[in-house]
Amino acid sequence: MNIFEKILARASGRPETKPGDIVDARIDVAMIHDLTGPMTVQSWNKIGLAKVWDPSRIVVIFDHLVPPSTEQAAKVQNEVRKFVAEQGIPNFYEMGRGGVCHQVMPEKGHVRPGELIVGADSHTVTYGAFGAFATGIGSTEMAAVFATGKLWFRVPKAIKIQARGTLGEFVMGKDLVLDVIGKLGISGANYRGLEFTGEAVDRMSIDGRMTLCNMSIEAGAKAGIVLPDHRTINYLQGRAKASFTPIVSDQGAAYERELVLDAAALGPQVALPSSLEQIRPVEEVVGTKVDQGFVGSCTNGRIEDYRVAARILRGKKIGRNVRLIITPASQEVYRQCLREGLLETFIESNAIVTNPGCGSCIGIHLGVLGPGDVCISSSNRNFIGRMGSVEAKIFLASPATVAASMLRGEITDPRTVS
Amino acid sequence: MILSGKAIKFGDNIDTDVILPGKYLVLTDPQELGKHAMEGISRDFVTKSSKGSILVAGENFGQGSSREQAPVALKGAGVKCVLAESFARIFYRNAFNIGLPVLECPGIKSKVEEGDEISIDLEQGKINDATKGLSMTANPIPDFLLAILRDGGIIENLRRKSAHGT
Repeated sequence: MNIFEKILARASGRPETKPGDIVDARIDVAMIHDLTGPMTVQSWNKIGLAKVWDPSRIVVIFDHLVPPSTEQAAKVQNEVRKFVAEQGIPNFYEMGRGGVCHQVMPEKGHVRPGELIVGADSHTVTYGAFGAFATGIGSTEMAAVFATGKLWFRVPKAIKIQARGTLGEFVMGKDLVLDVIGKLGISGANYRGLEFTGEAVDRMSIDGRMTLCNMSIEAGAKAGIVLPDHRTINYLQGRAKASFTPIVSDQGAAYERELVLDAAALGPQVALPSSLEQIRPVEEVVGTKVDQGFVGSCTNGRIEDYRVAARILRGKKIGRNVRLIITPASQEVYRQCLREGLLETFIESNAIVTNPGCGSCIGIHLGVLGPGDVCISSSNRNFIGRMGSVEAKIFLASPATVAASMLRGEITDPRTVS
Repeated sequence: MILSGKAIKFGDNIDTDVILPGKYLVLTDPQELGKHAMEGISRDFVTKSSKGSILVAGENFGQGSSREQAPVALKGAGVKCVLAESFARIFYRNAFNIGLPVLECPGIKSKVEEGDEISIDLEQGKINDATKGLSMTANPIPDFLLAILRDGGIIENLRRKSAHGT
């Protein structure tokens, strides 16, 4: 069996599973945040039960609208706080204590290899970077999980991605996953699991692996996974809040198909507005004028991302006509950036540094785009209206490419600066 | 369950950000959400759908975010059923969970046009286009999902099951 089949077999108490089987599986961890949580709480209240199945397995994180930008946002957050108190949920990350849910979940040890995790957010797939089967569900379905601790799954077919060779300088996990999405297509992994393997993945940092798994949903995947190894174990040491037994794919496990990529030959990639259907090598769009840059989000708001951005911006000023927004994914990342002097580099370059959270990726606050604005962003989606106006344009790229593009206010190949 | 209405048609890869833009995610009332359905892509959808509609689309309908507010907004706007070539998985699950019927119907995009009179027999998976005089068959829905639809959503389904002690 492959890792997807093995985790679902374990969680459903079966000796084995195969693609197409529908299983009723026990959920190890369930996560909600401040934008999907209020609806979960509403649905929960309609069920009419007194207590959730297991408060210790529920994690609540405020990240989308922190601090709240409207009265309505503040109101729904209070409804979730009330639920947390009533149910005695110990793992609640209030603003100032956490950050973006998908960063906080592993940082605080709520993600362990071999686990089955659901989150009321599509980027829950990020936790696959730690060898967990993690997927997004809706708010009401989450209320049903809170009631029963179980959920049905159709065992997915799996696609194995093999990235041979190693990535070059200023070429990041983001570029690799953009290339994968370009090759599979935006629905090419619908209902499927993506297993990322190969030398480039083996040698990739945890931060980079999180980017890979995070964006597997942009090809429609149910889950994206990197098999756990020494990097995974090292990261989880001192963090994991429960013991775990890593699960890996068997030798000779079955996959629907394999996609082999030459990571060594890959350069920076850019997704053109307004979907991830058009992924191009950066060379093809070099010189395109941009008004705003964003380095942040669950996709690329980690320490490695800010180290590379700061390396490009150190001692320089961003272009006169551009704005750069830096939104660290979590308090931990924020503090680390502070310790390493990265925030000072950003501030000296004339970037604005915001508090941790989802920031401008969701298009509601902290840097909403206006009509005609062109943005280059390290986030995950460039859909029409995603970051504000339906008349704005969003290019997606790595933090290195975003930082390099800020120097002259036009899309720039990071390999050609500094 | 028989559903009928006029077809409103969209293309491939309609994402949840255009079905319901992020700025409305703090709303929780289905009628309020319904006022903004498809706002990212269509200015007259809400008016066209107000008397009840059947939404017809191409591949990968509902891709992107897990926001359940997307199917809730469609339902709030009067959509009785979504027929598409294929769906993104979270949207598909969400739709059943909130009691909005959705059917995978291969070939529908090239057969049905905007404004066609459509009727659907959910249990049988039969779709009839009275304007064109065509009938089509949808991919079957598993029984446990049909049961959720009959109850009106997963919450009602859970309540019924717990009331019966099953």
